[in-house]
Amino acid sequence: MTVLGDLDPGQRARVQHVRCEPRVRRRLLEMGLLPGTEIEVIRRAPMGDPIEVRLRGYSLSLRHAEAAGVEVSPRSESVRAGRPSTASPLPAE
Amino acid sequence: MSEMPQVLVAGNPNAGKTTLFNQLAGTRARTGNYPGVTVDRRTARVTLGQGEGAREVELIDVPGTYSLTASSPEEAIAVDAILGTITPEEASTKAVVVVADATSLARGLYLTLQVLECGFPTVLGLNMMDEARELGLAIDSAGLSEALGVPVVEMVARRREGMEALSDAILAVLDDDPPPPPALAWGPAVERAVERVAEAYADVPDPRRREAWARWALMSEIDGDDLELRPEVRAACRAARTESAEDLDVQLVAARYAEVDELVRRHVEGEGPRTARGDSLDRWLTHPVAGMLAFALVMLMVFEALFSWSEPLIGWVEEGIVFSQDFLRASMPAGLFTDLLVEGVVAGVGNVLVFVPQIALLFFLLGFLEDCGYLARVAFVIDRLMKGVGLHGKAFVPLLGGFACAVPAVMATRTLSDRKDRLVTMLALPLMSCSARLPVYVLVVATVFVHQGDVLGFLSVGAVALLAMYGLSLGATLGAAAILRRTVLKGPRPTLVLELPPYRWPLVRNLVASTWARVRTFLIDAGTVILALTIVLWALLTFPKDPAVTERFDAERAEVTASLAGEERTEALTAIDGAEASAQLERSAAGRLGKAIEPAIAPLGMDWRLGIGVIGAFAAREVFVSTLGIVFGVGDEVDEESETLREELRAAKWPDGRSLMTPLAGVALMVFFVFACQCMSTIAVVRRESGSWKWPILMVVYMTVLAYVAALAVFQVGSAMGWGV
Repeated sequence: MTVLGDLDPGQRARVQHVRCEPRVRRRLLEMGLLPGTEIEVIRRAPMGDPIEVRLRGYSLSLRHAEAAGVEVSPRSESVRAGRPSTASPLPAE
Repeated sequence: MSEMPQVLVAGNPNAGKTTLFNQLAGTRARTGNYPGVTVDRRTARVTLGQGEGAREVELIDVPGTYSLTASSPEEAIAVDAILGTITPEEASTKAVVVVADATSLARGLYLTLQVLECGFPTVLGLNMMDEARELGLAIDSAGLSEALGVPVVEMVARRREGMEALSDAILAVLDDDPPPPPALAWGPAVERAVERVAEAYADVPDPRRREAWARWALMSEIDGDDLELRPEVRAACRAARTESAEDLDVQLVAARYAEVDELVRRHVEGEGPRTARGDSLDRWLTHPVAGMLAFALVMLMVFEALFSWSEPLIGWVEEGIVFSQDFLRASMPAGLFTDLLVEGVVAGVGNVLVFVPQIALLFFLLGFLEDCGYLARVAFVIDRLMKGVGLHGKAFVPLLGGFACAVPAVMATRTLSDRKDRLVTMLALPLMSCSARLPVYVLVVATVFVHQGDVLGFLSVGAVALLAMYGLSLGATLGAAAILRRTVLKGPRPTLVLELPPYRWPLVRNLVASTWARVRTFLIDAGTVILALTIVLWALLTFPKDPAVTERFDAERAEVTASLAGEERTEALTAIDGAEASAQLERSAAGRLGKAIEPAIAPLGMDWRLGIGVIGAFAAREVFVSTLGIVFGVGDEVDEESETLREELRAAKWPDGRSLMTPLAGVALMVFFVFACQCMSTIAVVRRESGSWKWPILMVVYMTVLAYVAALAVFQVGSAMGWGV
């Protein structure tokens, strides 16, 4: 199982589950971080935390603590091109 | 027409909602406050349209929000404004304009769907169309309008493009029936849950709004929320959640996003930016070396602005006050009323106005950083350090501001969206050594560390002591934040979920409007408290007057006038004035209070004279110096550089002949000032920003206890060890 916090900058993935503290979880869901959403890690902050991710055409920063609760399935690096920026969600599960 | 229709301007943060509001409102915008919370309520009465169809409406700027779930005070306000009160009768006609950033439409559409669920006449404004076109995005707004059932207006708010079309669209929908509810595939689990919770809202007549409330409650009700939910609603939410085998949160949100994605797929062509615009800039601004350097430079500039640029402006304010005081003294008969006016009222107005330059500069810069997008990067870059003491990355600027002055810094905590983050920051930051403490340190250091040697050959003992005070205050601030976070403001683990918006050039008009709004609320809300406290303090330091003292000094004056002439006479008279002021102060309420507390402060190395200084310093810490000037009979026009005052202090003795201002006593006094909340303006502004007296009282108590214990420890341990006595 991989979580968002494990990904390196430049890696892309699809969100599987969001398992954070309920309050944060709702916030992340409403910001568009849903199961099925495509997400890319852009960079880490100078001191390693938080990270910047890109999804649905905008940039979001979240701490490792939050990113550790987001389970993802990484995509191979070769599919970098030709991805729609607003991902359509897969049926959950 | 019976009531003026309300038009709410809602939208995501950074979508240009405020720009649109300012363009439509022009100079008619008024800033008020939502009752009980410190969120600005900006409204304007404007006439929309031209000619016969023109109508006057009340435009309301709703705080920026990503969704209608209440997770910050701003969002709670947005929910209230849009969903309305639960009372059956709607106050007046209402329409909602949703401002969406056309360059990242998905999140704007998410909010739009939520607004449509509530069932009010709605217009969708696609802002920043110019940028969207540059990025190669083609938005089929006619198709979008048809799919949503509401007018969709393309616009560039900062260039006033599309404003007329928007006005017309608002007028067109104002008296219409609400648009159809969005056809969302909620799924049976969500539908069942909503139905169940909606029963608890049986008094809401409109079934559609009932369901909107139910969905809001399902997404907002959570353990430990501070929502004022009816018990039956809360119970229904919990029951619905336990009964459901499905994940209601995900299903609710996913149903909306499925529709959003479908709308984007059908009506937006082009992929949009694969990387964020300004990504190359971000590569530098968040770089481990270059980024930290840029960060340091920007923060240095903010600091310079508060510390140095504000100085001439503050100087003008002070000169203006002194001028008006002199003028009043010269043109009015001497007496109590004139004293009240000059020393109480005018001085109080001065105590308020003196903060305006720093507040205005800080909020102008803060607004600039926020609107251009860098403030989010400040949080991104420095969050790691702030996290350690339980603070949010955005708390850095207010803390930094605390080195200059706690008053604007406390006001700057509004950039934090979470209420607890806000409170922790504003209660801890008055421990930062502000610039008003510096005159106290300088006076004490120059008094007690004159003939000491150097440390390491180049630093004087005084400089080391000064540095130590700054280090102590920084440590205390961070420690206090960590402790507050773990005790009185305990809550769920603080988080950072923050959009990093694209860099954009700010509009000066918006910055001026937001700066003015801040200054205005300060003048009205905190200013009145500061003015009142100044007058109370003046009375404490003035009354009761002892007629015997006046008589005695009048006799002395008569004698001097008769026997001396020229410069000698003037000098003698000044000395008598000083001695009289000192004698009167000693007999005033504050003087008596100083003597009364002497037993309590003597273990800290302070006698009643320093006690009066501490009481006087409550007006503002630097007043300590001029109060001591009066106490020691050198007049109130002294500053910390006054050699006469230093000499007097060095010569001061306890009744048993020991020196008062030993190096140890000096250090204890400085330590006291590091911790003590000796500033009525800070208290007034914390009261204003926290929304109750509870928090400033807590702050005064904890800071005073800390100050007392720390100064006691320094003086007692030092005395026992024989250091600097």
